[in-house]
Amino acid sequence: MKQTDFLNTVLPLKDKVYRLAKRLLVSSDEAEDATQELYLKLWKSKDKLHQYKNVEAFAMTMTKNYCLDQLKAKRSGNLKLVHSNYTDNNISLQKDVELKDSVSRVHELIEQLPEKQKLVIQLRDIENYEFEEIGKILDLEPTAVRVTLSRARKTIREQLIKQHNYGIS
Amino acid sequence: MELVNVEKLIEKYENAETTLQEEQLLKEYFQQADVPYHLLEYKAMFNYFDESSAERFTKTIPLKTNRPVWRWLSVAAVALIMISVYTFNSSEPSEQEKAEMAYQETQKALNLISQNLNRGSNVAIAGLQEFEKTQSKVFKND
Repeated sequence: MKQTDFLNTVLPLKDKVYRLAKRLLVSSDEAEDATQELYLKLWKSKDKLHQYKNVEAFAMTMTKNYCLDQLKAKRSGNLKLVHSNYTDNNISLQKDVELKDSVSRVHELIEQLPEKQKLVIQLRDIENYEFEEIGKILDLEPTAVRVTLSRARKTIREQLIKQHNYGIS
Repeated sequence: MELVNVEKLIEKYENAETTLQEEQLLKEYFQQADVPYHLLEYKAMFNYFDESSAERFTKTIPLKTNRPVWRWLSVAAVALIMISVYTFNSSEPSEQEKAEMAYQETQKALNLISQNLNRGSNVAIAGLQEFEKTQSKVFKND
């Protein structure tokens, strides 16, 4: 793969790589470092990249593996970063605050999911990959991806309802 | 989108049976302000997904294209320095030797000259003595 090919095909994936790394590593600093490290690796192996039919799936798989290795290496306290920069002016203030709160709650709930479910939620609901692509990235059958995804979605919703009800009563 | 349809799609969504297009429809639906109370959780979820997908990697990615060139250049530079140091060091003792040899040669030559000079002065002194003897004889005879 030539330099220009690399810039056109692999470099645009940097945001997806970063977001996936952040989903797994939690801290944005670590996700940034991981992204830089991964791109260095990809750059070094750019001569071999044309062997892979789906370079994007390959890059995502590499990201997943790298981050899981990082996590294994040190399961230590990470910085938590919670986003709540949601904007919608149409709802009343009370509702707005509530919604803001529950949006950032979603982040925390995903964080508590098992790694496989985290990955599937990230790849499907945030990056919008097809089931087959997710299967390739995670080395899973598409049906297994569906099952995992369904479980993750249901868990997030149930937890949100639970917390919502606690808030009221 | 009709509320009935939304609820149907939501059910499919929970079972992970929706297509990407259908999920896009849901995403768009939950972007509007007024959502029934029993669907508020989904609003939070879809809003979060939307928000997360907007996150960008802002740091630069260091892709060193000229890295191997630099590496070889540094190797070449080190080799050059080593060679120059080696030749400089090895030529210096030979020059010193040459100088020492020249010094010894000159000393020998100077020794030879001084010996011959000494011999010459001995002869001259002997000649002078002879001259004085004859002179005294001449003056005595007077």
